[in-house]
Amino acid sequence: MDPVLDNLDLYWDGFLRSLSIIGWSLVGSLLLGTLIAAFRVSPVASLRAFGSAWVTVVRNCPLTIVLFFMAFGLPELGINTSFYVFGVGGLIIYTSAFVCEAIRSGINSVSAGQAEAARAIGLPFTQTLTQVVLPQALRATVPPLGSVQIAMFKNSAVVGAFGVGGDLWSAGRNLTSAQGYAYIPVLTGVAIGYLVITLTGGALLAVIERKVAIAR
Amino acid sequence: MTAEQTSSSPSAARGEPLVVLDHVDKWFGDLHVLQDIHLSVARGEVVVVIGPSGSGKSTLCRAINRLETIDKGEISLDGQPLPAEGKELAALRAEVGMVFQSFNLFAHKTILENVTLGPIKVRGIKKADADKRAMELLERVGIAHQAKKYPAQLSGGQQQRVAIARALAMDPKVMLFDEPTSALDPEMIKEVLDVMVDLAEQGMTMVVVTHEMGFARTAADRVVFMADGAIVEENTPEEFFTNPQSERAQDFLSKILKH
Ligand SMILES: Nc1ncnc2c1ncn2[C@@H]1O[C@H](COP(=O)(O)OP(=O)(O)O)[C@@H](O)[C@H]1O
Ligand SMILES: [Mg+2]
Repeated sequence: MDPVLDNLDLYWDGFLRSLSIIGWSLVGSLLLGTLIAAFRVSPVASLRAFGSAWVTVVRNCPLTIVLFFMAFGLPELGINTSFYVFGVGGLIIYTSAFVCEAIRSGINSVSAGQAEAARAIGLPFTQTLTQVVLPQALRATVPPLGSVQIAMFKNSAVVGAFGVGGDLWSAGRNLTSAQGYAYIPVLTGVAIGYLVITLTGGALLAVIERKVAIAR
Repeated sequence: MTAEQTSSSPSAARGEPLVVLDHVDKWFGDLHVLQDIHLSVARGEVVVVIGPSGSGKSTLCRAINRLETIDKGEISLDGQPLPAEGKELAALRAEVGMVFQSFNLFAHKTILENVTLGPIKVRGIKKADADKRAMELLERVGIAHQAKKYPAQLSGGQQQRVAIARALAMDPKVMLFDEPTSALDPEMIKEVLDVMVDLAEQGMTMVVVTHEMGFARTAADRVVFMADGAIVEENTPEEFFTNPQSERAQDFLSKILKH
């Protein structure tokens, strides 16, 4: 395991970089996905159409295509920023489509009578959603949302590979390609890094699931 | 139960039309579910809507607070046509209380929160004041001691009484009831009907879809009989039940009386 132990600092930096990609994507995709889900159930037909087009297009595109669009398409439109921002932005957009569908299925699990009762006491659309439907949808939404986010943790390696660099995956590539270390120990180290992230995420998820199950 | 007044002061203006449906038509695809409906409900009046399953009673009820849109005609509340959407529509719904067959209490909120949600979020009433008023209403329907529980912990009859309190908390001008006792076990029907009779006696304007003849006889000013999307017959409860005019009504009554 020398290649790993000799380069712990490189691994550690990569680990932190991966965590930062994941953290931003987590927050961003939850916000954007919730917004798109609100579009998809809104009473405004054009918003619904936009929401379903977004989901259909983004969900059926490979992540790499989304990333190419971000990194090479946007500059053609005069939008220039770092590869890091493009990469994280692409991962947010890609993940938002899956977040949206998880939330929408949660919303559909809440009986129509709940929203009707909310409307009947005069709550406008947004409050019907935020006060009555979403808090109940949350319970049904947490498990699928968790799998979406854990898939995103792993997709962060694609973003790293895409040229953002400095993440866990790139640390491994650097050690093998540039520094000539053997693949198996180096990649084992990389895999352990990702396992730490996903297993911790899974444990947190279990805690959240228990929390929302009790708060009924 | 207290003899507290509701916002529609009955003695002041009893008799003037509050809810008016004029030439109302609605289709579900090919199904003509409401056919040229004329109905005027006076302030303080209690109207019972009765009729076979599928005759459009729920649709009629839901059209009055625009949970269903209509295709033709006009519905007005207190002289104002129903707004089509947005803030004005939400404001209208706050004026119209609705009680559903399946209670539809907010499952994630306590009994007290169910009753205060509307007053706090829609009327902007301070939480302390909303709580106080909600407890009065829960007292009135006999559920005050369960205020901290969740809906699933209550029986159907208790849930329905909370649903009535929730609607009353908005100080509605009119209350709509869509088969409020149909989902209840027989021993719980009376406790809900008692609350409704009490409301009727205090002058609340009510439109009640129900097959409970006892309630219709005690509390209703008028019975409206619907069949196949149309109003076939209207009369006082006594006249309607003892001497129905139309063949449809005679047929329907003979069926429900056999059970
Ligand atoms: N959302 C809907 N879409 C299509 N048909 C409906 C819908 N709601 C009710 N209907 C139909 O309209 C008719 C009247 O329904 P409803 O008003 O619920 O009758 P009632 O309450 O008198 O039993 C029924 O035939 C019913 O199947
Ligand atoms: Mg019905």
